Amino acid sequence: MKREAIANAGLALLLLAVPLAASTMGEPFYITLATRIAVLALAAVGLNIALGLGGLVSFGHAAFFGLGGYAAGILATHAFNAEPLFFGIPSTTSMPVIWLVAMLVCGLIALPIGAISLRTSGVYFIMITLAFAQMIYYFAISWPAYGGEDGLSIYVRNSFPGINTARPLPFFLVCYGLLALGLMLFWALRGSRFGAALQAARQNATRLAAVGIPPFRIRLTAFAISAMVTGLAGALFADLNRFTSPSMLSWHMSGELLVLVILGGKGRLFGPVAGAMLYVLLEYWLGGITERWQFFLGLILLGVVLFARGGLMGLIAGKERHG
Amino acid sequence: MVDPVLEIRDLRKNFGALKATDGVSLDLLPGEIHALIGPNGAGKSTLIHQISGSLKPDGGTIRFLGQDMSGLDMAARARLGLARSFQTSSVAQEFSALRNVMLAVQARQGSSLRFLRPVMRDRSLVEPAMAKLERVGLADRAHVPAAELSHGERRQLEIAIALALDPKAFLLDEPMAGMGPEGSKRLTEFLGNLRREAPILLVEHDMDAVFALADRISVLVYGRIIATGKVSDIRNDPEVRRAYLGDAA
Repeated sequence: MKREAIANAGLALLLLAVPLAASTMGEPFYITLATRIAVLALAAVGLNIALGLGGLVSFGHAAFFGLGGYAAGILATHAFNAEPLFFGIPSTTSMPVIWLVAMLVCGLIALPIGAISLRTSGVYFIMITLAFAQMIYYFAISWPAYGGEDGLSIYVRNSFPGINTARPLPFFLVCYGLLALGLMLFWALRGSRFGAALQAARQNATRLAAVGIPPFRIRLTAFAISAMVTGLAGALFADLNRFTSPSMLSWHMSGELLVLVILGGKGRLFGPVAGAMLYVLLEYWLGGITERWQFFLGLILLGVVLFARGGLMGLIAGKERHG
Repeated sequence: MVDPVLEIRDLRKNFGALKATDGVSLDLLPGEIHALIGPNGAGKSTLIHQISGSLKPDGGTIRFLGQDMSGLDMAARARLGLARSFQTSSVAQEFSALRNVMLAVQARQGSSLRFLRPVMRDRSLVEPAMAKLERVGLADRAHVPAAELSHGERRQLEIAIALALDPKAFLLDEPMAGMGPEGSKRLTEFLGNLRREAPILLVEHDMDAVFALADRISVLVYGRIIATGKVSDIRNDPEVRRAYLGDAA
């Protein structure tokens, strides 16, 4: 456990130090790269609650990532055009409000999706979550009011009280802070009564039911919490790119989130962070060399699945032990 | 006559043409160990599954503490106070023995929708769980992952989990299965005392244990109960001897 704590602290410091150094050296591109890592890591932390703790292989988390993105995009557009949302309620560019809306929307939509999907398990669960995400994807594509296939631009990055979010470093720090909160939430959940029940549902659902805890309710709650965290990351991702598009909702995105978690080590606190770091760096370095960089990503993923089941965190910090 | 804790009436379950449970009626009285015996394929497991709620009967009723349990799932039955142990050990393999028992303590206390407080620092979970492990003689293995426990130790863990539910009745499915003679002897003694806390419906193949423990025995053959009675009655029942025990018994 101690080795893992050191590894975690190292990753956290690394992710903080690089943009700070880049800022003093006047290299804003690396700050953006680090922001991308932080935001994708947060999305994967969300998925890690469902997948890592609960064993729920959701192939539809892009739905929540994208919904979070659209929450930011739609609110920003309305505020930019000074159009009220509905019933005359004014829109806002305040990030905290947008985050709340994004999480609320994702939680509310995750409940019915989860309630239906969790009636199934295994490969059927994977397919149903995928189907729901695709439904939302096609809905977004065919809704011209918010850009349809072209997506939705955010002309001015949304604001956070007291912070100039238009500059890369402050915005990175906002994302980094939320990633830290997300990790704290994951850590607290994992150690709590709820986390105990959720992990037991993954290991042996019959045992959980036999002591009197209905696995369905536990899993559904986890699915909703997981969706809310991923949705929050989606709102940040839209603000990072100043753009929301249906591609955030596509099944590629769902797959990417799964890759981040599995690459980093599912169920591990810093697995999503390690996974996002490797993914974004490969995308940047290999992507600079060849357009076929995902071929090499595939090879690495193959290696991890075959030889390092615990993912990167398993390699760095050894096998996980429960209390 | 005292009210039975568990009251099964005319229970029926068919798998196609096979009558796995064919009009079974059975009572579990307060303070007793009621053993259910029968040859392989007699339908003991099918019956246990219907009582615990993992299998839906085709007909008949199961009442527990006077309440009809038909509409209740496994978790709801457990919350009413029906603790079940499994024929093949069924525990959370990655969790330590202690955490497995803590899960049962947590279930007994009520809500699992508590998200922040760490369980390992929650004395209201750790201490009762540790006490149950001590009772079954597993305290020194408390922090070992269940997957690394020996077969016999996992059987003990099953019992500790059932104890932690503080149940109104135990439903024990072959608790001695795969245990060595020494372990079986210790467990027999343990279960003998346990009946004072809650009655036990015991499915068991180990006839020494059954005859040593049971207040009453029911014999299940081809989905029907062919005899219910005291140990001595069952031993001498000619139909039982023919169907099950063989003349050697």
